[in-house]
Amino acid sequence: MADVAIEPQHDPVNPPLVLGNPTYGDVTNTVSDIVERKTPKKWFIAFGISASLTLLLGAMLGYLVLNGIGVWGNNSPVGWAWDITNFVFWIGIGHAGTLISAILFLFRQKWRTSINRAAEAMTLFAVACAGIFPLFHVGRPWRAYWLFPVPNPELSMWQNFRSPLLWDVFAVSTYATVSALFWYVGLVPDLATIRDRAAARGDKIRKYVFGVLSLGWRGSAKHWKHYEMAYLILAGLSTPLVLSVHTIVSFDFAVSIIPGWHTTIFPPYFVAGAIFSGFAMVMTLMIIARWALNLEHLVTMKHLENMNKVMLATGLIVGYAYATEMFIAWYGGNPYERFAFANRALGPYAWAYWTMVSCNVLVPQLFWFKKLRTNIPVMFVCSLLINVGMWFERFVIIVTSLHRDFLPSSWGYFRPTIVDILTFVGSFGLFLTLFLLFVRFLPMIAISEVKGVMATSKGSAAAH
Amino acid sequence: MSLIFPKSTDKFLRIGVGVLALLVAGGVGLLGYLLHPEVAKTGYTPKQPIDYSHKLHAGNLGMDCLYCHSTVDKAGFAAIPATEVCMNCHERIKPQSPEIVKIRESYATGKPIEWVKVHRLPDYVYFNHQAHVTAGVSCVSCHGRVDQMIEVRQVQPLTMTWCLDCHRNPAPNVRPAELVTKLSWKPDRDPAEIGREIIAAKNIAPPVNCSGCHR
Repeated sequence: MADVAIEPQHDPVNPPLVLGNPTYGDVTNTVSDIVERKTPKKWFIAFGISASLTLLLGAMLGYLVLNGIGVWGNNSPVGWAWDITNFVFWIGIGHAGTLISAILFLFRQKWRTSINRAAEAMTLFAVACAGIFPLFHVGRPWRAYWLFPVPNPELSMWQNFRSPLLWDVFAVSTYATVSALFWYVGLVPDLATIRDRAAARGDKIRKYVFGVLSLGWRGSAKHWKHYEMAYLILAGLSTPLVLSVHTIVSFDFAVSIIPGWHTTIFPPYFVAGAIFSGFAMVMTLMIIARWALNLEHLVTMKHLENMNKVMLATGLIVGYAYATEMFIAWYGGNPYERFAFANRALGPYAWAYWTMVSCNVLVPQLFWFKKLRTNIPVMFVCSLLINVGMWFERFVIIVTSLHRDFLPSSWGYFRPTIVDILTFVGSFGLFLTLFLLFVRFLPMIAISEVKGVMATSKGSAAAH
Repeated sequence: MSLIFPKSTDKFLRIGVGVLALLVAGGVGLLGYLLHPEVAKTGYTPKQPIDYSHKLHAGNLGMDCLYCHSTVDKAGFAAIPATEVCMNCHERIKPQSPEIVKIRESYATGKPIEWVKVHRLPDYVYFNHQAHVTAGVSCVSCHGRVDQMIEVRQVQPLTMTWCLDCHRNPAPNVRPAELVTKLSWKPDRDPAEIGREIIAAKNIAPPVNCSGCHR
């Protein structure tokens, strides 16, 4: 690949997606160097902390398996609490990766190229964290395969195909599989780049490991032709999944008859919320990564600003959904529905409801102002607050709807146990550990795709 | 650039994938066999605190099951006999046998004998002995030929599949209620035919919905 100097571009509407006139070689060097350089001390510190939290997660789950799920605070009438909240929270986080990699790809949004790899990796890790919670919520995780329709000599019956909980199993496992394939296919050319650089430097271990991982990629025209077709097909397969997974997650609630859950608005409301929280998490991670790894010229203000715009849009949809829920509860005239929503805003969990509204509806309004949506400290704090708010959204939906049963004698108030709290904290440890390993050992920016959107390649960029 | 892997790698890779697939299939098959309830869950024979022989009492001497397990047709729980029941006879029969001495000690001190439960169901399953026994399901259907066992062992897997097999088709296991404890009973015609007649007469409808047993 020849090193080509690039003319700076001065387009105020569409600023360049790569700053500082790097050559193709510079981009390859910058991204590959993150993987190849000596492991920096700050990586070890971060990894030490996150790996400790992962061990904490393992300890909590082990304790749960030995003692039963009574170690969590869930009990009648609140049978679903932090576990399902955390499941929906993590699954939601995962949505940004697929949206960026599949939908923005099909819509030819070139700004996706610098962030799609990391966002897809984040998706996989978030889905892994999400999967833990329902898996251990079943109480006997070694029996979890009973959820799949495979021959089972213990059971003599089919799964309940009319239950959204079973649809969830298929939706989430399909999503995890397709996301992993999509991510890996996208990685292949860059894995080959790392392999070739390792071979040139005489780095034996990396040469063989990446030699296997890159599946014999040689970068011939034929390879690229097949690769791009495969990538397009996977993008097409992933696109409906972005919408279907959280739709089906919302069915876990919407298909039941609990006031506060039984609403038709849930699928679009959940999908918008998932993209909202997913972008907030991508934002948090990318701000840290571009600062720690000096990638400001590849992950530019333009990328961050676009993500803020997506958050503003999805935040407005979520706010509109909150208002619609309240309006329909009043307009529908069902006394149980009215009670459920009045209780949500004014009852014992009002503190959680208003935390949710402040974080999810008020905070993103800051992004109307260009000064604020291009200010890194502001967007960092906003992205954290949005994720706090989105966690509380799931908590509010799940716990406030359950804690007031139809029978007032069964009313209760959920309080998390220390095991609930440490399990959730531990899931962040797992997420960050996987992300740190990814950043350390794999190219975190799609080298070949970024080259496609650099100024000199304007004419050929459409091919990507 | 020189090749990292020789050309033959492809061949080894293909063979390797085939071997791996066979190993995985074999492993799953072996595990499936070992964990199959027929294999994994039957044959449990715990050591009891007293060398009591069901074969001697229920088989050779012909005692009725109900003499000791007196609640099975009246209550959900099948009672383990109290020491006093043993003493009804062993007050006088073989009082000096070392095993009987243990029973006499229990009788004298009031400390019950800690029999080990053989047939254990999970605590989320509701099982009622009376309902089954009065419907005409014999002891032998679930416990096997206890009258031929010196030490009692589990002969049926006690899985949900096994419960459902009978709940879905109870006729072969239903007999006249007065014959439930006759473990060696052999009808002179098809037992399913007899079962069907009793089911029709008593209007027996075993539940097959979840809440029948998981209450």
